[in-house]
Amino acid sequence: METLERVLAEHPFFKGLEPKYLQLIVGCASNVRFDPEQCIYKEGEPVDQFYLIRQGRVGLEINVPNKGPVVIQTITEGDLLGWSWLMPPYVARFTARAYEITRAIGLDGKCLRTKCEADHELGYEFYRRFADIIIQRLQATRLQLLDVYGS
Amino acid sequence: MNKATTSSNRHYILQSGDFQRLLDSIIGNGYRCLGPTVQDQAIVLDDVSSVKDLPVGWSDNQQAAAYRLQKNGSPAFFGYVLGPGSWKKFLYPARERLLTTTRSRSGWKAEASAEPVQKMAFLGIRPCELQALAVLDKVLLEGTYADPVYRARRSQILVIAVNCAEVGGTCFCDSMSTGPKAVSGFDLALTEIITDGKHHFVVESATAKGDEIVKLAHGVSASDQEISKADAVSTAAAKKLSKKLNTIGVKDLLARNLTHPRWKETAGRCLTCSNCTLVCPTCFCITVEDYTDLKGNSAERVRRWDSCFTMDHSYIHGGSIRNTPDSRYRQWLTHKFSSWWEQYGISGCVGCGRCITWCPAAIDVTEEIQAIRDSEKT
Amino acid sequence: MKAENIDPMLTKPLRIQRVQRELPDTFTLEILPSNGGFHFTPGQFNMLYVFGVGEVPISICGDPEKSKSLVHTIRIVGSVTQAMSRLKSGDTIGVRGPFGSSWPLAEAEGKDVVIVAGGIGLPPLRPAIYHILNHREKYGKVVLLYGARNKEEIIFWKELEQWRSRFDMEVHVTVDRGSGNWHGNVGVVTTLVPRATFNSADAIAMMVGPEIMMRFTVLELLKRGITGDRIYMSMERNMKCGVGICGHCQWSHHFICKDGPVFSYEQIKVLLDKHEI
Repeated sequence: METLERVLAEHPFFKGLEPKYLQLIVGCASNVRFDPEQCIYKEGEPVDQFYLIRQGRVGLEINVPNKGPVVIQTITEGDLLGWSWLMPPYVARFTARAYEITRAIGLDGKCLRTKCEADHELGYEFYRRFADIIIQRLQATRLQLLDVYGS
Repeated sequence: MNKATTSSNRHYILQSGDFQRLLDSIIGNGYRCLGPTVQDQAIVLDDVSSVKDLPVGWSDNQQAAAYRLQKNGSPAFFGYVLGPGSWKKFLYPARERLLTTTRSRSGWKAEASAEPVQKMAFLGIRPCELQALAVLDKVLLEGTYADPVYRARRSQILVIAVNCAEVGGTCFCDSMSTGPKAVSGFDLALTEIITDGKHHFVVESATAKGDEIVKLAHGVSASDQEISKADAVSTAAAKKLSKKLNTIGVKDLLARNLTHPRWKETAGRCLTCSNCTLVCPTCFCITVEDYTDLKGNSAERVRRWDSCFTMDHSYIHGGSIRNTPDSRYRQWLTHKFSSWWEQYGISGCVGCGRCITWCPAAIDVTEEIQAIRDSEKT
Repeated sequence: MKAENIDPMLTKPLRIQRVQRELPDTFTLEILPSNGGFHFTPGQFNMLYVFGVGEVPISICGDPEKSKSLVHTIRIVGSVTQAMSRLKSGDTIGVRGPFGSSWPLAEAEGKDVVIVAGGIGLPPLRPAIYHILNHREKYGKVVLLYGARNKEEIIFWKELEQWRSRFDMEVHVTVDRGSGNWHGNVGVVTTLVPRATFNSADAIAMMVGPEIMMRFTVLELLKRGITGDRIYMSMERNMKCGVGICGHCQWSHHFICKDGPVFSYEQIKVLLDKHEI
């Protein structure tokens, strides 16, 4: 059987992370599954979890009063979902909704924060990996803003 | 620069008094004779049928942003250097109908413009301008597709060059290896010699047609001594050239300096008026315009000279690629001196200096290139 | 090939067989070629002329092996394409071409092919897709990544569905703006690159889209390990002649019309980040 540790190690987000850290992290991890249309977290609500998507697709939505939910981005296999737990006030800015059956590894943010505080080497690894993802997302968002296909 | 004359060429002496016979034999051979005339205080290339049409006794004073014709009392027929207009206007006119489309019962049909081609003689074409024709040939004849109208006209011209005895303040032909003596690309090349009250031409003929024309005009064989006198005229002219351009590695120099601050600095003076491109004998850009009659039954497609200094030149839906004057000025200059080499294996500049003379802001390409070169030394 | 006696500017009037509306601002013309059919290689374009209005370059987007019909998909972006959109079946349109360079389909044989299209960039790639599917056995994995502004602006929807349902082709579609009735990917097309499966050591990439999109897509492809000499893109500039005479489409020393429109990234990388070249 696939151990959780193995699954974590194979996810792109943790690629190359030292085994001792993986062992530390696995204590904060759990397998999760979401059904289609299931809300994973909701705009404005506290979140203390993030997810490494193993299968499926999740949409990040924001509610526009007269338009309903607008999808800003979708997240699929190999991606990471959620960084609201990184910084106070630990509140979700978008709604995350599964569009398909989605399997993921959930990680407890509070648990991780404590471990990162205790071991800054781990903290550095963690925040560096997040920074990389945040930069990629920001760049993609800037491209979206350009509306390049507009006539 | 004095290049060795091709040994197989024949040399003749033509007395100035027989020059009318030369014009007559050109015209008698069915050519529309085009040459220098004085119009609007400038040398203008136009129909010439008499020696009186030529700019006898006129010289021109050319500097950056300055051009003045002066009467100098000399008997010389070709004592000027260059006028603003180049011979390009006869081979690749500023405006020309490409095709006509006409509505028919089943739609419409298209017909190429089939204007008859007239044989033309280019009398007085300068060595740098011979090179300009060679450059245009590369562009308009030697690609996958040849321009049919240019080809038809080009194949029938009689080229009578006149080697330069005088040079202009903006000329830099020896830097570009294009003058002041013609070495190829002509039927006849004339050197005008005025000494001790005598006035004659040493005529070099490279073709049978040239021989025929000059013999009809009573040209007689020239002696070696007379030929070397003509060469001396060219040598002396070359020594008078004050403007120089260091062309060593200029292609790569500009290619690696596309973001040099000098472009912006100089473009601050540039009016993007496109004068330089219009007087340039090698600028070939054209645009195509569409016209319809009032009933909408027939339409024309007309090409006219365009310039990379206009915003329209780089327009694609939504806007122009080259929005700033810097980019348009850079496009022009880098095309002439750098990308032209990549495209055609030769320089797009022939050193005629017209762009310098006719730039209202006195932008001097030789100065500009040198400035970029100098900036790399520090 | 030296086309000695052809007048390159003389347009040929041809009959429109069929007009199909693709999107509110995009339509397809099927044109009946003259005898002998119309032969082109994928990636090439034609100059299309509307009587009395003008002429524009438009890529050919039909099946290269079906020479009995010449297909162009056109977006209304200016006065000529606007006039073109009013043409009906039976009307006459002027055609000159085909001109320009082609997709490296021979070079791609035996390799994985990654095709990236953005917006109206899918039509210029469609002949390449047809060719690959016509000769499917000659190619490795085939991946199509397509990005559009929103669901409503996805072009060739039906064909995308057909291609997606094939077992021998991987298709990912994404839109920049998600809406309630769209359940696919949301995000720019560059985000699809990491998800595509191909052998990056040997794959060939071909792409068309807005220049910015292509610039960013190149970065993702390079990150995946496809080298610049195996990345191809189709460029667009003002064109009046299509044969390297009018001077408008110059991009440094390249004439987009005859040296392009298809270039390898290796050929043009020094120009892509230069402004207003």
